[in-house]
Amino acid sequence: MNAPEVDIHLEVKDVSLSFMGLKAISDFSFKVRRGETCALIGPNGAGKSSVLNILNGIYRASAGEIILNGVHLKNLTPIQAAESGIGRMFQNNALFPKMTVLNNVMSGLSRKSNVSALEHALRLPRSTRQEKAFREKSLETIRFLGLSAHRDTVVESLAYGIQKRVGLARALVSDPEILLLDEPMAGMNKGEKKEMTRFIGAITKNLDVTIILIEHDIEVVIDLADHVVVLDYGRKLADGRPEDVVKDPDVIAAYLGAVH
Amino acid sequence: MDTKTIFHSDEDGPMTALPVNGAAQINWLGSGFALVALAAPFFADRYWLSVVIAPWMILSLAGIGLNITTGYAGLLSVGAGGFMAVGAYGMYAFAVHGGVDNFLFALLLGGCAAAVVGFLVGIPSSRISGFYVMVTTLAAQFFLEWLFSKVPWFYNYGTVATISLPPMQLFGLDVSQDPTVRYYVVVVTVLALTWVARNLIESPVGRNWIAVRDMKTAASVIGIKVDTYKLLAFTVGGFYLGIAGAFWAFIFLGTVSTQSFDLTRSFQILFIIIIGGMGTIRGNFIGAAFILLMPLAITVVMSSIFGDSVNSTLLSNMNKVIFGALIILLLIKEPEGFDKIARNLSARLKQYAARRR
Amino acid sequence: MSHALEVLIGGLLAGMMYSLVAIGFVLIFKASRIFNYAQGAMVLFSALFLVTMLDSGLPFIVAILITLVVIIAGAIAIERVVLRPLANSSATTLFMATLGLSYVIEGLAQGIMGTETHALDLGIDDDPIFIGDILISQFDLIAAIFALFLVTVLAVFFNKTRLGISLRAVADDTAAAQSLGINLNLIWQVTWAVSAVAGLVAGMAWGSRQGVSFSLSMVMLKALPVLILGGFTSIGGVIVAGVLVGAGEALAEAYVGPLIGGGIGSWFAYVIALVFLLFRPTGLFGDAEIERV
Repeated sequence: MNAPEVDIHLEVKDVSLSFMGLKAISDFSFKVRRGETCALIGPNGAGKSSVLNILNGIYRASAGEIILNGVHLKNLTPIQAAESGIGRMFQNNALFPKMTVLNNVMSGLSRKSNVSALEHALRLPRSTRQEKAFREKSLETIRFLGLSAHRDTVVESLAYGIQKRVGLARALVSDPEILLLDEPMAGMNKGEKKEMTRFIGAITKNLDVTIILIEHDIEVVIDLADHVVVLDYGRKLADGRPEDVVKDPDVIAAYLGAVH
Repeated sequence: MDTKTIFHSDEDGPMTALPVNGAAQINWLGSGFALVALAAPFFADRYWLSVVIAPWMILSLAGIGLNITTGYAGLLSVGAGGFMAVGAYGMYAFAVHGGVDNFLFALLLGGCAAAVVGFLVGIPSSRISGFYVMVTTLAAQFFLEWLFSKVPWFYNYGTVATISLPPMQLFGLDVSQDPTVRYYVVVVTVLALTWVARNLIESPVGRNWIAVRDMKTAASVIGIKVDTYKLLAFTVGGFYLGIAGAFWAFIFLGTVSTQSFDLTRSFQILFIIIIGGMGTIRGNFIGAAFILLMPLAITVVMSSIFGDSVNSTLLSNMNKVIFGALIILLLIKEPEGFDKIARNLSARLKQYAARRR
Repeated sequence: MSHALEVLIGGLLAGMMYSLVAIGFVLIFKASRIFNYAQGAMVLFSALFLVTMLDSGLPFIVAILITLVVIIAGAIAIERVVLRPLANSSATTLFMATLGLSYVIEGLAQGIMGTETHALDLGIDDDPIFIGDILISQFDLIAAIFALFLVTVLAVFFNKTRLGISLRAVADDTAAAQSLGINLNLIWQVTWAVSAVAGLVAGMAWGSRQGVSFSLSMVMLKALPVLILGGFTSIGGVIVAGVLVGAGEALAEAYVGPLIGGGIGSWFAYVIALVFLLFRPTGLFGDAEIERV
């Protein structure tokens, strides 16, 4: 009897990345199944954010390939990554500081717009209709993440934890296939972390999205992830279920007991 | 912030027109303003209309154009004068060489010419980053100044490189002689184009411009085509500046040479948007008023202190010092310009009134 | 052929003059990443002030000393009043601030010291020197030698002295430099003061060549293409770039100019700079910047 076909959503194959002669990532490979939550963990500087940057098209891998839904992606640009349904939440948020929460989230729908600038300029029916639809979808996502109270607030005046949620909303609103979360809990206290964990859990439960998540807090990883990949100095150290990876002696050695 | 907010729906409140940089307030202010502007010829005298209100509206329009490129999209342009020149000389070329005698049509063609030049100037901006974009616009500014004063076709082979329009009409109305007609052409056009600008700003176009300005990398990751929006900002900005330039040349001044569109003019428009508020529509009107009225105010003050014998060179140097100092002061204390100051004031007045109730 | 050579050499020397102005820019940019649009105004002010002192009969040394004191004091004041409050602003904001500053300085210069053109006599005769058939301006030659000398001094300053190295550290990484205990404010004041002095030198050179008048501040605009070609951070690069721009401009004006109406000097250098930017955004010698996300 053959093993059941596993639906691989995204495969990273033998990827390497060099900066000015320094190898940041070496021959890195892992597979992500459709609908799973995969956590990328490892010490600081291990290359985790760089992996996400490659997936988003911000960096170009010097070797290896990315395979999405069985399709090999070559020389990905950020626009192409977005249009392939890869969404991203940044470590430093990268929100548009002068815009309100609602406008930030609405901007996440940009790639879905098929109304021309001229139609917008003259306020033609197609323009107002799309704006209305975008606004409704954004409000839905804002409600889902408990941000309604801050809808019309300019984001730069919001608390850090709320800003992170806005970043998540902006990435989520366009119904991405794959959601890349770069340390979504960074800088949060225990209460905020619990909340964010609940939101991410709600996303996995209610929406059809595969998540790749960079995270330092092992408890959060065990809570949320189905699959864990460990990176150290740009190389893969371990790859498997959370319970197994956490007990792996190499992983414990690399972290030097910094499991908290 | 509990489980309820995740799984149950929330009160959203009324679906009001959502403000972007306070633009929604223009709905009241703007409509009132439009009505007053349209009714003005019935109660204001000719002098005011043609010497104060018309240039104010024209410079505000120029400000809107530059604000689109520099304020919203964040592409520093010091070529405003050059684009205005393209509008003026373009309109002239269509009228004189192309035989177009409908004022509005020639005007729009001039604007389109400026849009095309804007597009061309914008092309290098996709490869050149941030501050260096300014160099492109500076090159364009110098080149255009040279072009319109050295290539005789542009001033119809005249002995001096100045241009003025042949008699033109607009649907039977005499645009060349009748000042009331000229006033209405300016006001209606400026109001219409301001409406269009506001539509753009409050749509994905405006949001994307701001996104490109503030977080280019995040913008492209979301799927915003950064290069396209940069080009669009230059093109639309060019169009507005072109129309303003044509108006400035043929409605306000009558006869013009490239001297009216030099680097000083570019800086003047830049000052308008800094003083008024970068990234706003309303601020341009505030800034233009400042630029026009401040020198007047200084003259009045100086004359009252020193009598009528104040040297005009001294006055113009004083203007320079005061404007320069004002720019520096605003950049330090309120980088969002007088529009922000006005908004803060009105917010505080509302608070005060609410408390009094 | 010898005409071409003459035009070329004339252009090279003129280019050195551009470099003189550009050096002031590079200093400030190297230390603070600010593009000081007010440099031209500073050149004008210092030259005008010197000329006013000289015209009132003061001996040369005294006039120079007073001018130096005034412009250094002015530079320090600028750093404290205008730049320090804007320390963390964007490049665009800083540029606009220097634009405003240029208006203030120009307005003050001409308001206080008048708008007529003054002659500035440095005691260097502009006798023509002949090498074979080729005519070379003695003045330009001396100015070029002086510019080279200035560059050498500055190169030594930046590479060998403690202050110079601190300046470079500040330009590269302000936060790191601060954590090393480098006094940022002092560095910037020194930078602006040195830049003001460089401006004075340039003002003297240009002023004695073409008279001290408002057009002096326009010379600054020519320096911008020089800066772009040379890279904003390399002083040696500025000299090479200045020479290239000067030569290119002179040749273009002589050979291409007559074909299309002349006067192309106003924009030619810019177009060169622009084309250059498309291929090498960081200039011939400038440091490549790596963006980290």
